[in-house]
Amino acid sequence: MSNQGKMDCGRRRLIVATAAVGGAGAVVALVPFVSSLLPSERAKAAGAPVEADISKLEAGQMMTVEWRGKPVWIINRTAEMLATLPKLDGQVADPKSDKEMQPAYARNETRSIKKEFMVVIGICTHLGCSPSSKFKAGADEGMPGDWLGGFLCPCHGSTFDFAGRVFKAKPAPTNLEVPPHVYLSESRILIGEDKKGA
Amino acid sequence: MAAGKIEKYKSDGSIGGNALEWVDARFPATSLWKEHLSEYYAPKNFNFWYFFGSLALLVLVIQIVTGIFLVMHYKPDAALNANGVPVAFASVEYIMRDVPGGWLIRYMHSTGASAFFIVVYLHMFRGLLYGSYRKPRELTWLFGVGIFLVLMGEAFFGYLLPWGQMSFWGAQVIVNLFSAIPVIGNDLSILIRGDFVVGDATLNRFFSFHVIAFPLILLGLVAAHILALHETGSNNPDGIEIKGNKDENGIPRDGIPFHPYYTVKDIVGVVVFLMVFSAIMFFAPEGGGYFLETPNFYPADPLKTPPHIAPVWYFTPYYSILRAMVWNFFGLDAKFWGVVAMGAAVVIFAFLPWLDRSPVKSIRYRGPIYKTMLTIFVICFFILGYLGTLSPSPMGELVSQVCTVFYFGFFLGMPWWSRMDKFKPVPERLTMK
Repeated sequence: MSNQGKMDCGRRRLIVATAAVGGAGAVVALVPFVSSLLPSERAKAAGAPVEADISKLEAGQMMTVEWRGKPVWIINRTAEMLATLPKLDGQVADPKSDKEMQPAYARNETRSIKKEFMVVIGICTHLGCSPSSKFKAGADEGMPGDWLGGFLCPCHGSTFDFAGRVFKAKPAPTNLEVPPHVYLSESRILIGEDKKGA
Repeated sequence: MAAGKIEKYKSDGSIGGNALEWVDARFPATSLWKEHLSEYYAPKNFNFWYFFGSLALLVLVIQIVTGIFLVMHYKPDAALNANGVPVAFASVEYIMRDVPGGWLIRYMHSTGASAFFIVVYLHMFRGLLYGSYRKPRELTWLFGVGIFLVLMGEAFFGYLLPWGQMSFWGAQVIVNLFSAIPVIGNDLSILIRGDFVVGDATLNRFFSFHVIAFPLILLGLVAAHILALHETGSNNPDGIEIKGNKDENGIPRDGIPFHPYYTVKDIVGVVVFLMVFSAIMFFAPEGGGYFLETPNFYPADPLKTPPHIAPVWYFTPYYSILRAMVWNFFGLDAKFWGVVAMGAAVVIFAFLPWLDRSPVKSIRYRGPIYKTMLTIFVICFFILGYLGTLSPSPMGELVSQVCTVFYFGFFLGMPWWSRMDKFKPVPERLTMK
């Protein structure tokens, strides 16, 4: 600090105080702009549950319904498909579904309410691509020879079994997510809600 | 830059002269003209590599002009129209089929995007060849890295707008990258999308960023880049400071006025560039699937990812680096480290001025170590770029990991290897070869 022209401390304090108040005002002014970037009330409300009719879904077939802009798969698994699951327990990262990627009622061997019907969000937990079905066992669909059937994410190569469980050493960190769902009747599933009429 | 103050224009009595005198008394017209063009002394030995700065400016103008006209017909709307096609996708089809000349303007813009990156990559390579980033041009270089970053953002936002399959899933993957950041990641990706999935909100904000925010930032950075350059003066293929040797008028002995000498030279570059640009635009606007990717000719379908997704070619080197990270460190996901590596690979350019410790700037006077390292770096860059266009495979993963190590090795090892090299003596004056 130079000794010529002594610092007027009173004025300096005023300048600092003014700048601080102005700065605080500028920061507060950011709030509406940043909050406008958040999902709008309409986007938040758009999560209404959807109903799916599975009466025409043949064994071994899969259907896709849209819920909250995401694909939800419903797979009618055959006995052979279900038989592959216990065999893969050693190869998948989370065989017992310990991570909370499913409601409590789907935390079982088949990750489903009813054994045959798998309901799962078809979005890879890595970066959000939708995996493609590779249901045929073996090398038929470009998979390794010991492939038992399941899903392959085209983006970064994560693989999942028929219960949406991710294989070890793949980029996806967790199993595919099972959405909350409930059976309204034998052939109708409500996706996005746990309780009938709730 | 001429020494001393530039005098105001004095009229010769003609009407035009009087008008200019009137303007010049109120606006620095003459001094701007002289400082940046007619008395901006540039080294006399600029070669082929020095075309790309002015070409980048040309492409910027092409993008802005074509962009203005595209916005007149484009609609950023993800809702489905009466035919079940997203409005945004349909409006691009409308531009291509029904707007008179629309196809040409759109192809200029899409070809311009790729041309921008070709020109900028070559412009950056010139900097590596001749040490243009070295003192005293560090700020010019930093503004340039800023331009590169903003340009990547601009290209990414723009690619979502046609609302095709690749637009949608590319954005989905890139926005989800941010969700890999610990703690704040999930909320951050929601903040970017403006919804829980990529949708109409995302499309509209990307449109806003693409046509307003980022072009404004880009223009500001370009102005700063040029102003900083003109403050220090241009580097040259010899990497010698021409300001070190001035004549009695204070003019560098090895400098020539930018206008008319380099404006005329650059016109030659512009003509050749436009020939190549037009050839691509008219005969191969899709660039063999690299400039416009095939899945983008299908409207976005949130329920179905195309069998093979890859970013546009100019992002593929960085995409490969992202994919090369498959290990979890410190309890954090591999996907987080992938994002970190990809970001670092771009930002690391900013540190070049301080990483390079060689006593000479230009490759002409550097020894075999620099030439070898630069060659390996460029080869790795191309391999990474190529692998980024392919589906993931174990072999590709290994090769991209090796190339990623070389990529970062080039920068991080530079403080050591750049000093160890053998150097040739640098001449006093510029050489013309």
